[in-house]
Amino acid sequence: MSAENSVAPAESISRERSASSSGNDARLGQRTTPLGLGVIQGMLITLRQFTGTYPVGRWLLRLLRLDKGDGLVTISYPEVKQQHDERFRYFPFLVYDGTKDNLRCVACRICEQECPPQCIHIVMQKDEKGSPVKAHGRTLPKTFDIDVSICMSCRICVDVCPFDAIEMDNTYEHANYARGREMVMDKDRLLKSNEYFQKIKPSESAVVDARMGAKKAKEDAAAAAAAAPKPAAPGAPEAKV
Amino acid sequence: MATRQAPLMPESVLQSDVLEVNLGPQHPSTHGVFRMIASLDGETIVKLKPCFGYMHRNHEQIAEGITYIASFPYTDRLDYLCSMTNNFGLAVAIEKLGGIPISERGEYIRVIMAELTRLVNHTAVTGFLLNDMGAFGTPLLYAFREREKILDLFESASGSRMMCNYIRPGGVREDVTDAWLDRARGIVREYPRFLDEFEKLLRDNEIVRQRTQNVGVLPKDLAVSASITGPMLRATGVNYDIRKVDGYSIYPRFNFKVPLGSIGDVFDRYYVRVLEMRESLKILEQALKDIPKTSPHLSPKGQAMGKAPRTFKPAKGEAYGRIESPKGELGFFLVSDGTPRPYRYHVRAPSFINLTILEDMCLGHKVADAIVILGSVDIVLGEVDR
Amino acid sequence: MLLPVEELKTTLEQLLPGLTLTVENSVLVVPPAQLTGVARCLKDTERFRLDYLSNLAAIDYPPERIEVIYHLYSMAHKHGPVILKVKLPRENPTVESMVPVWRGAEFQEREAYDLYGVKFDGHPDLRRILMWDEFEGYPMRKDYKHEDQDALDGNPSGSAHA
Repeated sequence: MSAENSVAPAESISRERSASSSGNDARLGQRTTPLGLGVIQGMLITLRQFTGTYPVGRWLLRLLRLDKGDGLVTISYPEVKQQHDERFRYFPFLVYDGTKDNLRCVACRICEQECPPQCIHIVMQKDEKGSPVKAHGRTLPKTFDIDVSICMSCRICVDVCPFDAIEMDNTYEHANYARGREMVMDKDRLLKSNEYFQKIKPSESAVVDARMGAKKAKEDAAAAAAAAPKPAAPGAPEAKV
Repeated sequence: MATRQAPLMPESVLQSDVLEVNLGPQHPSTHGVFRMIASLDGETIVKLKPCFGYMHRNHEQIAEGITYIASFPYTDRLDYLCSMTNNFGLAVAIEKLGGIPISERGEYIRVIMAELTRLVNHTAVTGFLLNDMGAFGTPLLYAFREREKILDLFESASGSRMMCNYIRPGGVREDVTDAWLDRARGIVREYPRFLDEFEKLLRDNEIVRQRTQNVGVLPKDLAVSASITGPMLRATGVNYDIRKVDGYSIYPRFNFKVPLGSIGDVFDRYYVRVLEMRESLKILEQALKDIPKTSPHLSPKGQAMGKAPRTFKPAKGEAYGRIESPKGELGFFLVSDGTPRPYRYHVRAPSFINLTILEDMCLGHKVADAIVILGSVDIVLGEVDR
Repeated sequence: MLLPVEELKTTLEQLLPGLTLTVENSVLVVPPAQLTGVARCLKDTERFRLDYLSNLAAIDYPPERIEVIYHLYSMAHKHGPVILKVKLPRENPTVESMVPVWRGAEFQEREAYDLYGVKFDGHPDLRRILMWDEFEGYPMRKDYKHEDQDALDGNPSGSAHA
């Protein structure tokens, strides 16, 4: 065993020396079977895997106690689709609470700026004079386009959104026959309800809902404090010491 | 009259010439769009020049125009088989540049992900070797079937099988659940059984031994001088593993060995990778046992950086952060000028530099050996060309 | 244990008379003409044995200079890094090639030549590596003009897509 002295805890596994007769031994990976049997063993592995792909074969392997639990793992898509985990992400979508015009997005354009491949394009809704239009007390986007062919599913738009307005969806069947307009998802196709979000991602939506609930509670408390009648002001002004 | 023997075939008529042949860029066994211009004398290689750049996507210049966090999805696509370790390398470099502390649980999760990635990569490469030698995909798919189990783990943690974009400066982007940790422990328990079978395929198979032993021998001093790192270097016998030398992250807490080869041929490189997989399993067992339960997965500075990337303006300076990726030393060289975007961003890609001595290893061998030797260098074109 | 940078500087100046080095933030700035001498000294002296060139990168600082930075480690003694830097004029950046000292510089110097235009004297095969051979210009310099990519520019809901 050779070990380097300069790096104290470094242990190394070197080749094992063996008192074998053939020439190029004294190296890693000593053969454990007699010459000629290695190829046969490899073929036996293949035979076992092949037998295991059929139900009869699996029964046979179990009988011979050779079944190792691996076998046919192929799923015949599209009849059977793989169930993905909750966190699986593919393409973003915009969240609305209740009705489609109550979307959380305020067209702040932070996601557009932070998106690495620049696949998001947002135009804020403005009236004829050029000032922003408000709905439910917030500004909103007029157009919100995301290009499917450019988006790389990195989820940075979700990370940076201050309003939890954009989340990752897990549908991946966006294939289309033409490039161009069909590969761009506009605001209508992107808007999905909060109930949908809760259905596909229960634990993540629970965190988001809790956060939004806390924010709303704080806003309500601040509004209530501002609207509460002021306490009766004393006649004498406060003297600053 | 003396009979003069006329020469049957004069020298000038049957002159053998050197044939220049393109191996690639479209070739099923060159691991990507990689081209080798080989000069052949018969079937023997007398000169071999690698020629690449077909996958050059100008990653370094893109990174100069976007924030540090926005580079993470692009690093996934560098060495696309090992996206977690690419993220890890950039995170280490950014932490060095900006002085970002790392949370304890984040460190453990990162090490778990890095070692799982090492398993994923070495399994794939060993499967590809058997494919390159003509086994037409069957052992490759056995390897990929095992790999899929780990990729499913990555999907549960990060949301994506291969382009994970998961590790962030300061920790990891999202925490893993206890159920995930149990699944990981299950996989770590089951993996050695697959490894035993696979190792048998490699070690005892006479065809594999005939085709890989004493093929593509790399001497020790040439390897060090040519800046070779990773399993290719350790197969020649040089004990240099950045996890041990630099001791970055929390690797010094784990007990693992560094497998070394002796001759530095193709067989040694593959066997070193199989032994490294076993060492990775040891690290995984220890990490999965010791992972702390109460620490957050991302330090506060990292969280702030993830939420508002433009507020991260590191001080002016340079930093070079390097990690031991499954292919070798992956380094990120960052120069900051005080703005949210890097001034200079350079990737020291192991596959790129390991190709330096491809010619030296292939000279004198046959064309089929060149494919096997290229497979043992373990390149991924995303990293070579960036 | 590797010497800290100031000691490294004084030791090198003792070993190679006529050498003047400067230290900036733990980086040794070497005059381009003396780079080979310093490199050989760092590689061959038993105390340092910096036999592993880990990284070679070029950095563009318009309009004055282009810098080339070298990160050196030692595989024999497992210490490092020692960082060397050379500052070259931007009009005709030329420096001696490190390939005779460390073979690993071969591809990295070709990349610096391809993307920044730095010429390395003594390189066995200095030609473009990532861009195609007939390409003109040095793409990663800060003043390189990009060609107009109208397919990916602008608003896709407007006119740009086919």
